[in-house]
Parts: sequence; structure tokens; C-alpha cells
Amino acid sequence: MFQIRIHGRGGQGVVTAAEVLSMAAFDGGRHAQAFPSFGSERMGAPVVAFCRIDERPIRTREPVMEPDALIVQDITLIHQVDLLAGLAPEAYVLLNTSKPLDALGLGDLSRRFQSDRLCTCPATEFALDQTGRPMPNAALVAGFAALTGQISLTAVEKALRQRFAGPIGERNVAAANAAFRHVTRSLAPRDPATRPVPTQAHAAAD
Amino acid sequence: MLRQIEGSRAVAETVACCRPEVVCAYPISPQTHIIEAVGAMVKSGALSPCEFINVESEFAAMSVSIGASAAGARAYTATASQGLLFMMEAVYNASGLGLPIVMTLANRTIGGPINIWNDHSDAMSVRDTGWIQLFAETNQEAVDLHVQAFVIAERLSLPVMVCMDGFILTHAIEGIDVPEQDAVDAFLPPFEPRQVLDPDDPVSIGAMVGPEAFEEVRYLAYVRQLEALDLIPAVAADFARGFGRSSGGLVRSYRTEDADTVVVALGSVLGTIKDAVDARRDAGERVGVVGITTFRPFPVQAVANALAGAQRVVVVEKAFSVGFGGVLSTDVALATQRSESSLYTVVAGLGGRPITRRHLETMLAAAGEDQLEVLTFLDLDTGVVEREQARMAAATTRPGPTAEFVLRDLALRQNGEVEP
Repeated sequence: MFQIRIHGRGGQGVVTAAEVLSMAAFDGGRHAQAFPSFGSERMGAPVVAFCRIDERPIRTREPVMEPDALIVQDITLIHQVDLLAGLAPEAYVLLNTSKPLDALGLGDLSRRFQSDRLCTCPATEFALDQTGRPMPNAALVAGFAALTGQISLTAVEKALRQRFAGPIGERNVAAANAAFRHVTRSLAPRDPATRPVPTQAHAAAD
Repeated sequence: MLRQIEGSRAVAETVACCRPEVVCAYPISPQTHIIEAVGAMVKSGALSPCEFINVESEFAAMSVSIGASAAGARAYTATASQGLLFMMEAVYNASGLGLPIVMTLANRTIGGPINIWNDHSDAMSVRDTGWIQLFAETNQEAVDLHVQAFVIAERLSLPVMVCMDGFILTHAIEGIDVPEQDAVDAFLPPFEPRQVLDPDDPVSIGAMVGPEAFEEVRYLAYVRQLEALDLIPAVAADFARGFGRSSGGLVRSYRTEDADTVVVALGSVLGTIKDAVDARRDAGERVGVVGITTFRPFPVQAVANALAGAQRVVVVEKAFSVGFGGVLSTDVALATQRSESSLYTVVAGLGGRPITRRHLETMLAAAGEDQLEVLTFLDLDTGVVEREQARMAAATTRPGPTAEFVLRDLALRQNGEVEP
């Protein structure tokens, strides 16, 4: 079982990110379960959503407490929420920011997590460029695909087109591609040997 | 077709396949997504002929459902929690009149303190209303139970409530095989009402019944509910033949053969319990679980049979009777004629508290050694409880509201302003 926790704020499409991620995993022939942390959601309030991926049917209904991967849609939450709760040193961490970790005062993260599993991605910028709206979710799901290899970019594109009809779907697919390329490149020079092996779908889309 | 889809959406599409002619509901979390989706399908014409009636309250929603059903229309509604309480008087009337309304209950606790999260307090508050109550373990079962619910309701002319855990199921997105229209049409015949308000053939429904016949009318309702104990397994078997998967029925056992300890529960927590059971089995303990799908009428014989071999029974329930203890466990105790020493009640998951496999495993280990309290509150923070009790005891005048002080106590500890 591979478990993902996504943090963001109300209005940033956190629940949709988990949904799209689960749709991509489902498309890949795996079992997937996505669910929000249930609260009185409001714009701007911290929101958490979860996704589980497994080869077997998923029976558990408990929240994800020890995720294998963390996606942070809004880095300002670092001062408000215990984003790193339950994360093992080998967990994957994907942060939405255009700044280096040191500039954010998060230099510690690169000592706490493995360099080939910790990545920043300017997902909001990709979203603004491609869709005109600051919704980082589609880009981050694709970034997650590049970082972990758990889902393919092709499946993410398909899920986005299914979730967002017409031109909005296409624009999100473009943002997703930009993020996929960014994460792939930013991981590549550091240690190509430990980079997740791209699936055929990844290679074709790259 | 198997799709990755939200539970609420899947239920709404399934309900639409059941061709309700009148849907009347009032939004309340966590039921809202279901009703919004059904409403959208009526508006788009995808569900037609059907009238979606907007009303000002749950009381009106059930009252309109009663009127629609009495006029011969297939009627559907959905609610949760305080919404169910607000329609309570009409809930009794729907069953008392013998009207086959189907209602989804997206289980949520009941305030106060106000809380929007999941437990089974709402379902338990209506267990004596004369509705058939079915509990879904998964979203697939929630979907399947709705199709079966219309068949059961209309064959018996009794209302059926499909209980599905609010948020945990309603808001979960997972692979669900939403039934196809053709398959539902083959399974669920058009509604043939047993009684109908027809201007061309006038009758009255809802007579005032005095002491001379009230007991007899209620006795007949009791007997008719018990008929469901034969019908529900038969409908589940038909469903398995028509749809190629099994859902519904009275009770379902998992790894209970040779089990010394058997857990009993309702709804989605069965999934987490099965994971806990597998883990304890791997550790060499003989444990199993029985899920109760049909809670009303209570399947006394089926429960007794399912638990016959168990040395001890642990009832995990998401509700309790304040001033007494377990609700489900009382029924299980009566069904199995168990002594108190071999039946444990574990109250868990109140107001949305997560029920984790870790907590369940710890509890099962204690049960296996008979170290469990007869009534246990899983994951209870005794520190919080004791501090509040001490504060109340120390107060000389007007100690103030408990809920507010408990929250303040938690916040102070979280912020490190007092020692944890």
C-alpha cells in the first residue's frame, strides 16, 4: 500500500488533487481510495486530503497517519500545521514553491529527507501560465507522478481530461506536463541512479 | 461499469436508475452531495419522469415523500443527523402508514455539542420507528443496497433506510461498479402500490385508530417487519444472480470459523476491523468478525447462529445509550443469550473520532485475555476527562459549560501553555 497526504487551503483544489491522483492510479489498474479530512471547509482554511493506492482492494477507513508521500499545495501552512507529522525519512515530499528551501527557512528538510525524494515545484506558476488561475493541484499530481513513479503522466492527463471537460482540461494537462518536466529535470542531475524508473508512459510523454 | 467515483455520486446515479418519480429532500452534511447530484439529473432530464421538490425543512421533505408515496409515486429522500430528528414525527408516520419510501441516511452524530462528523447516533435514534434499516460496509454495498431497498420496500409496503457512514463513505472516491439501467430495470419492477390515493377510486389513508384496534394494527406492523427477515436474504440472492456480486442480506461473517473472539459491528468500520482481524490472525489469535447488514428488523436467529461458536463477543458500536451503554450490544446479548462475562461493548468513533487498526488491535489483544472492561470507550483521553471532573468538583459557583472547558484545556496543552 502506498499512502499520500495532501495539504493545502480551502479553494486550492486539495480534494480534487486526491481525486485525480486516485483516478490515475485506478486507470493504472490499481485499487485507489481518496478522501478528504472531514471538516467545515472554508476558503483559505487548512485542508487535508488523502489517497491510498494498492494492488489489493483497500478495506481500511482510518485516516492516513504515516504517509509514504506528502504533497504541500501551500507552503505558508508550514507555520500553521504539522505538515511533516508521521513522515519517515524515506518518504517522498513535494512542495509547491518557486523558491529554494533555504530561502524559505526550510533547509532542514534536505537533511531530513533523501535528496532524490524531496522536490520543489512552482506549481502555482505553471497553473497561472497555463490556466490563468492559481490552482496548483493538477501540476502537483503530475509532479507526484514524476517524483514517485506511482502513477503515469498519461494516466494523470486522462484523469484531468475526465475531471475537467474541454479547454479547461487541456490547460490543466499543459500545466501538468510543465510540472512533470520540471520535477523530472530537477531530480535528474543529482543522482540519476536512484531516480524512479520512468514507465513507458512517462518516457513517451517526456 | 467499474469507475473511480465518489460514494455520494455513485448512490445518486444508482437512485436515478431506480426511477424515483418524486424526490424531496433538504440539504444537510454529509448527505448534500447525493441530493445535489440527483437534483442535477432531474434538472438535466437524465432522470425523467421525476419531480424534484424543494422544501423548507426535513419535516416537509418526509411529509412530501409520504404524500407522493400515498399517491402511488416511487418516492426517495435522504438526510442525516439533526435533519432526521427534525423529520421524526413524519418518519414514524411513513412506516405507520406502510408507505414504501426509500431514504438514504448519511450517518452523522447528533448534537449537542454540535458536531457534523460520523457516528451512528442518528440511525439508533430511529431504530424503533418501524423502518427497515440496512447498513452498508462499503460504497459498493451502499449502491447495491439502494437497488435492493426499493424492491424490499415495495414488496412489503414498508419504508427502508439505507445507512451509509457520512463522510467516510459519502465523500470517499473509490472504484465502484454503478449498476446499469437495464440491469436495474430487470431487477426492480415498476411500483405497484398496495394502497393509493386515487380520485377515481377514493379511499382514505391514515385513519385515527383508538384503543379498540391500535394494538392490533401495531402488531400487524411488527409481523410485517419480521417478514423482511425472509425477504431480505431472498432479494440479496436475486441480486447476486442478476449483478454477479453479493451485497446485502442479514449478517456476514469473516474468519469466524474456529474463532474464540468475534467482533460485531455495523457499517464501514468493518473494513478496518477486518484488517485488524487479519493482523491478529497472523499473530496466532483466533479472531473473526460478524457484520450486521440488517439492523431492523434485528436478525436474532442469524446473529445467534453467526456467534454460536464464539467464546467471547466484542460489539464495536458508534453510538451508545447515555445512562446505560451499548445499543447494538443489547440486541446481540438478547439474541445470543450471553452472560455479561463473555460480551463486551466497545463504544468507538463518536463524533468522527477515527477508529484505527492500532486501537482495534490493542483492544482485541485485551479482549483475548479478558482484560477488557465490559463497557469500554475506545481511545478515551482519561486525562481530559479527569481534569474536567476535577475542575467541576473544585468550582464553588457556576462551573460553566463542559464542552467549552474541554476544548480550552486541549488548546492550552496543544499550544504548550501548560504541561501536556
